Amino acid sequence: MNERRQAGSDRRRPATSEEADGWRVAVKKTWKLYIGGAFVRSESGHSLVTADGDDNYPHGTRKDLRDAVKAAIGAQPGWAGRTAYNRGQILYRLAEVLEARRSELVHGLVRGGSADAETEVSASIDRVVSYAGWSDKYQSLLATSNPVAGPHFGFSVPEPVGVVGIVAPERPSLLGLVGSICPVIVSGNAAVVLGSEADPRTALGFCEALATSDLPGGVVNVLTGRRSELLSHFASHMGLRALDLWNVDDETAKPLEVAATENVKRVTRRALDERGWYDTDRTTSPSWIHSFVETKTIWHPMGA
Amino acid sequence: MTIKLIDGEPENPTVEQGRRKGERRLHFGDAWQYSPAPESPSKVRLEPRYELFIDGQRREPSTGRYFQTINPATEQPIAEVAEAGEQDVDAAVAAARRAYENVWSKLEPLERGKYIFRIARLLQERARELAIVESMDGGKPIRESRDFDVPMAAAHFFYCAGWADKLKYAFPGREVSPLGVAAQVIPWNFPLLMAAWKIAPALACGNTVVLKPAETTPLTAMLLSDIIREAELPDGVVNIVTGAGPTGAALVSHPGVDKVAFTGSTAVGKAIQRQLAGTRTRMTMELGGKAANIVFADAALDQAVEGIINGIFFNQGHVCCAGSRLLVEESLHDLLMRKLCDRMSTLIVGDPLDKNTDIGAINSKQQLEKIRELVESGEQDGAVRFSTECAMPDRGWFFPPTVFTNVAQSSRIAREEIFGPVLSVLTFRTDAEAIERANNTCYGLSAGVWTDKGSRLFEMASKLEAGVVWGNTYNKFDPSSPFGGYKESGFGREGGRQGLLAYLEVDR
Repeated sequence: MNERRQAGSDRRRPATSEEADGWRVAVKKTWKLYIGGAFVRSESGHSLVTADGDDNYPHGTRKDLRDAVKAAIGAQPGWAGRTAYNRGQILYRLAEVLEARRSELVHGLVRGGSADAETEVSASIDRVVSYAGWSDKYQSLLATSNPVAGPHFGFSVPEPVGVVGIVAPERPSLLGLVGSICPVIVSGNAAVVLGSEADPRTALGFCEALATSDLPGGVVNVLTGRRSELLSHFASHMGLRALDLWNVDDETAKPLEVAATENVKRVTRRALDERGWYDTDRTTSPSWIHSFVETKTIWHPMGA
Repeated sequence: MTIKLIDGEPENPTVEQGRRKGERRLHFGDAWQYSPAPESPSKVRLEPRYELFIDGQRREPSTGRYFQTINPATEQPIAEVAEAGEQDVDAAVAAARRAYENVWSKLEPLERGKYIFRIARLLQERARELAIVESMDGGKPIRESRDFDVPMAAAHFFYCAGWADKLKYAFPGREVSPLGVAAQVIPWNFPLLMAAWKIAPALACGNTVVLKPAETTPLTAMLLSDIIREAELPDGVVNIVTGAGPTGAALVSHPGVDKVAFTGSTAVGKAIQRQLAGTRTRMTMELGGKAANIVFADAALDQAVEGIINGIFFNQGHVCCAGSRLLVEESLHDLLMRKLCDRMSTLIVGDPLDKNTDIGAINSKQQLEKIRELVESGEQDGAVRFSTECAMPDRGWFFPPTVFTNVAQSSRIAREEIFGPVLSVLTFRTDAEAIERANNTCYGLSAGVWTDKGSRLFEMASKLEAGVVWGNTYNKFDPSSPFGGYKESGFGREGGRQGLLAYLEVDR
């Protein structure tokens, strides 16, 4: 077998009759958005080209976002209704699936320009494991029993906020994606995520792991496209209850935060450099889960 | 003078729908004649004019302008209050900054706490005076200001004081630090209590504050400023600037402010958020509500009726978490309405200072007009109105207890916050329909559930999109109990350990 025939990125063409004999044409992947548990083309019918020029990827639009939010709204109550133990097992299953796809993820990250793809994949898998363990524990830390001054039993518990829009960091394209999704979904939220524009294939490739991980369709939906076009639609969509904006500067954020007030979205805007995503003390802190839960306080009288 | 049975009133379908034709009903008539029992304001000495409270001093406003605060029960002015302009807000924020940097952040946490304990004690010592002024200035019944507002305000200071030296245990493993200067804008429905909800946790967490009370109810905040001086708090730790909307806008958008805490309408809350977009100023918002109070057929009926009454008529319905949408299981509707209307007919509307009064004065003329406008729209939408025929004072701003039946989900009175003693009744057949209707609103502050079945109560409580769920009770509050909304009712919590987060930087 000719080595060239194996390589997906090989652009060489058979030039001679010897080469043409037995030449194998590599099957290239059509990159698709991940919405409602299915891989779909952008409704726009348009594609963008990856930085290396090797692939087209979907040019996601406002309509794709709406479809994704609709899918997420449909999936979220069922996901929140799973037991915390079950959510933990599904996240752990995701780590298992990612581990099995390690070489593919590394390969994708290398193509996408990751500085240290092996380390990034390991950290991403470990991040999922860490959050799998959080699924039935953060409640005990965030909830309170309220010693009210009267004959009432009172307590407060964290509940998912609903559907969260995540604008993932450009880099690290896998760890930033995984590291922003996990703290959102672990508590029963659904997410609509805008993947890295610098490395869109990694975000979409990661969805293949999601699709085989027992995570119900629609819990995580991933779009690719232009940040400059899509951010304002994330900010204004009435179905999103919260926004998780990574590395969005004040100037860009201003119109987004204005639009977000329309339905009083909870906007969390943070900046973290590439190395920061490897700081596990910080990135697996319960504060990160806390940003996307609501506190519900319940009262009931005591006594006959 | 006894309770009589009289013939029904076929002309009023709301009251009559629960009765068989010709069935007689309770008529209270003059069954209970209460002698007037007014709380005497004679021990209260109000000044004719109140200045701003900045840097520990009384300051005349740079605007030179004063506005009148009016007793809504008499329509007579009580006192003149300074109108703070931008310069005054500047001075207040600067004073708060100095106090934060030079003194408040340098104190041992326990010492900070001890100042706050002092405030709690002084509030208790001057409790009656504060209650009387609260009722005079805002129109709420003295029973409520005496038994709820003032003791609860003191309790908040007492509770938060104890946190001051324990913040490192509040969120184990997470670093916490104060934010700096907090700008706080509060509404007119619980003037002193809201001031306590805002000031107490801010100070306990090590911040300094600039507070703007509502323009119709500034007086108890001014009395609080006296108490703060009496407690010998360092100058500038608490500053109070009075005024209307423009003063509030100048305060929340001031660049020297690190945190904005707002309680008020959703519309104003959104405007503040738009103003602060892109600035990274920390915010907490406690906004409007349109709470569902859900009554199942298996509920303890008489208790539910009391809970409904408390839910909507507490503080004339000027409560963001008021149970203003009553969702009744269809099979119970007629019986419940009969009992509810009978109970409503016993409510006494009148002088806020009279200890017999159940429903006091509507806070302002503007608010009374808003209530009238919405009630009119309810009638136009075809809802059936019942208002009690209680005696009404001949002056002052009052509105009788009112309930609407036959309310469509799309009707304004089912969707908009009325902020008055007006209840809208809808029905449901299944638990799922109750949840669907209850959550069918942009708000999510609170909800009530009345049922004898524990498993149903917990199922409902978990599915209701509301920050506070009262099971077989309503309108209960406590400093140790987090309060705040889902959805467009705002974000952040007040009270409890969770309430500290509004005034702390926690690693994130």
